[in-house]
Amino acid sequence: MSVAVATGLYGISFGALSVVAGVSLAQTMALSLLLFSGGSQFALIGVVAAGGSPAAAVTTAALLGARNTLYGAVVAPLLRVRGWRRLVAAQLTIDESTAVAVGQRESSAARAGFWVTGVGVFVLWNAFTLLGALAGDALGDPRAWGLDAAAGAAFLALVWPRLAARRAQVVAALAVVVSVCLIPVVPAGMPVLAAAAVAVVAGIVSRPDTPAARTQEPS
Amino acid sequence: MTATVLWVTVLAAALACFALKFVGHLIPEHWLAGERVQRISTLVTVAMLVSLVVVQTFATGQSVVVDARLPALAVAALALALRAPFIVVVVLAAATAAGLRALGWG
Repeated sequence: MSVAVATGLYGISFGALSVVAGVSLAQTMALSLLLFSGGSQFALIGVVAAGGSPAAAVTTAALLGARNTLYGAVVAPLLRVRGWRRLVAAQLTIDESTAVAVGQRESSAARAGFWVTGVGVFVLWNAFTLLGALAGDALGDPRAWGLDAAAGAAFLALVWPRLAARRAQVVAALAVVVSVCLIPVVPAGMPVLAAAAVAVVAGIVSRPDTPAARTQEPS
Repeated sequence: MTATVLWVTVLAAALACFALKFVGHLIPEHWLAGERVQRISTLVTVAMLVSLVVVQTFATGQSVVVDARLPALAVAALALALRAPFIVVVVLAAATAAGLRALGWG
């Protein structure tokens, strides 16, 4: 229930921000139906709104969507589906459906949790994207409504629960410095990709968690 | 971007993101179970989202600008610290920026 409400509200924000970013209603719906991964969708319209290149927009969306590959590898052994159902399961592999599936003890409950959450979020996400896009179309000047500021707040809300660990906080600080320094010198969209590159390097060079570090880093 | 280029962008991103999901379903789980792979994935997501916060708040074209978006982000952070739901955070941020602009700043 709380997942459903959060998804609905989040979908309205996406739909409204997408159309004020200059993405058409049909394109906005294509993103929610076909791409169906909130972070990647917000990132894509962010790069488009900033005037970034198509390549930067696609790369940013794909890099943010790469975590879904890990999710797919985790849920596939639980679902054990074949054929066309596997394509559907792949499309429904997102933060919410994976979290619910992994949180169950019984494998039958994990399967049910995955499908109910995945289908539920898909339906709500698309319905509320449409609602938000229609509302955004009617709004007019996005700056007068503060919608440019709402986009930053939306990303902050997405990253907030991921900042509990010390290592994540360090990488977040690095990302802030890299982004601010690069905005004036590289084309729109590139600062975000540079921040991703910094995170890859940080992930490679940082030491594995020790048991002591784990207790200090609730995640 | 023209409408056609934007369509290509939208569909290419959708295809790439679906392919990433599908690949996860095809490969053996243990291929990606390594601690380092998990860690890099987590950190890349954090870094990109933080970078998007910075860009959305400070960038106007290729200039770094401080305007009504910054106090709006501060209000959003406060709301998140108080465990406000997503829509409240976003609406408060928008209302802060809109209010400051109505008063003639930012």
